[in-house]
Amino acid sequence: MMSDIKWWRLLLKTMILFAIFNFILTPLLMDGIEKISIYNRVVPGRLRFPFGEDPNRSYNLSLFSLDASFASHVVSDPGGPSDAYRVFVFGDSSLWGTLLRPEETLVGQLNALDLETENGSPIRFFNLGYPTLSLTKDLMLLEKGLEYEPDLIVWLVTLESFPQHKQYTSPIVSHNYRAVRELILEYDLDLDPDHEEFIKPGYWDSTLIGQRRNLADIFRLQVYGIMWGITRIDQHYPESYEPAQRDLDPDPSFYQWEEGEMETSDLAYSILKKADQVAEDVPILIVNEPILISRGANSDIRYNFYYPIWAYDQYRRDMQNLSSRLDWNYVDLWDLVLEDEFTNSAIHLTPRGESILAEEVSEGILDLLNSSMPVEE
Amino acid sequence: MTIHDVIVLIGLSLFLGWVTRKGQRKNLLLLGSSLVFYWLQPSLPLRYLSFWLPTATFFLVILSWVCTSSYQQRWERETIQTAGFMTLIILMVGLTRYLGLGNLFATLYPPRLLRVVVFLLVTLGVIAILLRKETFSNAALWGLFSFFLLLFVILKTPYFAQMASRMWRYVVDQAPGLARAEDIKWLGFSYLTFRILHTIRDRIKGRLSESSLKEYLIYTLFFPAISAGPIDRIGHFLRELPEDQRSFEKDIIQGGRRLVIGLFKKFVVADTLSMIALGPENVSQIQSTGGAWILLYAFTLQIFFDFSGYTDMAIGLARFMNISLPENFNKPYRRQNLTQFWNNWHMTLTKWIRSYFFYPLTRALRSKGTFSVFGVLLITQISTMMLIGLWHGVSLGFVIWGLWHGIGLLVQNRWSTFFKSRLSKLELPSKLDPWLGGVGTFLTFHYVALGWVWFVTPHLSQGWEVMMWLLGVVS
Repeated sequence: MMSDIKWWRLLLKTMILFAIFNFILTPLLMDGIEKISIYNRVVPGRLRFPFGEDPNRSYNLSLFSLDASFASHVVSDPGGPSDAYRVFVFGDSSLWGTLLRPEETLVGQLNALDLETENGSPIRFFNLGYPTLSLTKDLMLLEKGLEYEPDLIVWLVTLESFPQHKQYTSPIVSHNYRAVRELILEYDLDLDPDHEEFIKPGYWDSTLIGQRRNLADIFRLQVYGIMWGITRIDQHYPESYEPAQRDLDPDPSFYQWEEGEMETSDLAYSILKKADQVAEDVPILIVNEPILISRGANSDIRYNFYYPIWAYDQYRRDMQNLSSRLDWNYVDLWDLVLEDEFTNSAIHLTPRGESILAEEVSEGILDLLNSSMPVEE
Repeated sequence: MTIHDVIVLIGLSLFLGWVTRKGQRKNLLLLGSSLVFYWLQPSLPLRYLSFWLPTATFFLVILSWVCTSSYQQRWERETIQTAGFMTLIILMVGLTRYLGLGNLFATLYPPRLLRVVVFLLVTLGVIAILLRKETFSNAALWGLFSFFLLLFVILKTPYFAQMASRMWRYVVDQAPGLARAEDIKWLGFSYLTFRILHTIRDRIKGRLSESSLKEYLIYTLFFPAISAGPIDRIGHFLRELPEDQRSFEKDIIQGGRRLVIGLFKKFVVADTLSMIALGPENVSQIQSTGGAWILLYAFTLQIFFDFSGYTDMAIGLARFMNISLPENFNKPYRRQNLTQFWNNWHMTLTKWIRSYFFYPLTRALRSKGTFSVFGVLLITQISTMMLIGLWHGVSLGFVIWGLWHGIGLLVQNRWSTFFKSRLSKLELPSKLDPWLGGVGTFLTFHYVALGWVWFVTPHLSQGWEVMMWLLGVVS
């Protein structure tokens, strides 16, 4: 029986099948595959984007597929109150909630306030923060998020997201070359659409072999969804952590710039300027998020590990000027939270710090709503 | 074992399968198995131990052979050749320290050659002395048997393992305070011990198959079955060892099919299930009864696919080399009662325990006549299952797991005895048989699954907590 096997026919059939899967089916079906998700159907949607380097403990992982990330997020849940006023909150790791449980984050605390619009619609907040510092990353997620029909966008920013060179280095940006390039070209952003940091995919990258890592990540995300559903854990919470630096180096520089050297064009204000265009008719509230103002050594030179005083003050002045000039909805909450309410970074807050911030942000949102809601006649 | 390890082993098995058909079969199988023993030995934080443990394995195997073989066999020319061959292998691996072949055996860094030579001289001296002894008394053989048991207990008991690690650290001048029970990972020691104990016991009973040193070494060290069994008997293995008439092509197809099944079970199914399986780290994260059952089902299936996947791979690799290893699993979760489950789960282990513990103990207790049938059953079932539990490690969790199954077997035995005759009198329609079988399978599966709780959780309180979640007692 065994000798009846025609090895060359077996090999040929195998090769043909492999070629069909590798070269034809995967490139054709990949977009659809990325949107298939057990979240919001079999298990609850995640309350923040998938992100993590320790999946065995956090039941979470970092992946580059925007479709898969959104599909796993509660924002894509077709259920929920249909009359809810949907507020999408974008930002960095401080918004995402490093070291915080979902209910302790800014968005968790905003939702706990049970806010309503003037006409009685419940306001539902969605945490669309992603733990890297880049305005381009935020804008990319914002544009994608529009597919999920926000009524209002809140965008938390900090100076560290602004330097031009940081716009490309976030892995989720550099691995989403096509999406970012389209964004740059469509809105004429002051960014290089072919920057060397981009991972530019070729045809081979769209094949089964090229997509193996992406597919494995998407599959693992679904499996970890079961653990998310069971435990509601999406982050590893260490028993202790290294607190943010309070005693600072006597270094007055911010990246390559000394005082007086940093030009407005060195920072990506242009991205904020285009946000209105990207969001079309959805109002945006920009919030300068709180930072740690250290009282330790050399706190006369720097506010914290990230920022020398001159650079941050210059940034705040620029933001104030731009918001007045361009009529942005802008709230500067940089010094809202006291030093004790920061955890392992100059922008990461304790649950109490987030609660203080939530109170203040909610006021800003309600003010904005009251001023922009159409008056019923 | 990682997928990379398996790929290398596939290549090696195919190569050996092909080349051993042309001659030098036993020498090449011994060489391959010995080198794989060094190569697969996990890296250890204890200096030089990842070299010494495989080396000690070879010595222990030779020692066991000397004690269990006949005087005539010991002095055959092939014995000296094999001993020389093993010495050469040890020396060659020892020399990798000087030859810049660190990548060859990435996990081990051999000690200075002088120490290796001294070790070899001492061990060869010991063996030479033992070789002169015409025969070994049963007392001496029981002493050897106990020595292996003692070594086994030391390695499987966290307290003793930590103490052993501390002592080794003293010897090699490492910080003793850093000693941990997990420091000593001896590749394949559990399975090796079972194979050796079986030969010693059979030698005492006078029913041990004759084997040369080379054959004995291949049997104990055979690399496909190092890390996860199955536990073959020497008689069966020796019958498989000479090349039969099966074609290489046939072996590739049959072995390859089994290997692919094993790879799929282990690296696709089991590894995926492991992401959501009950484990010590997620016990305290359970928030609902449904969640607890999902974790438990995932573990129940994961342990089966993992273990039986390894068995399939071992059987497939061995088949490439024209050797048939015994089966270890036969649809255990589809069995209708606990006895059937244990007849089909890790079959080579249960057969071993039955032959060398359960039956002798049952015979001994019955012969005394002081125990009732129930008393004998109670003692034998529970002690047998606790022994199987302890084989996995000396901890309270494994004891309770063994106890759980011991009690289950006992209850099932009594239940069957009580109801079988009564049910047959009722003359139930045969249409009901599949339904009754289904109920039996359902109950057996869930009893086994609940037992895994104690197997997984390192602390009793955790096991209890999981049980409460599963039963919906907490919310």
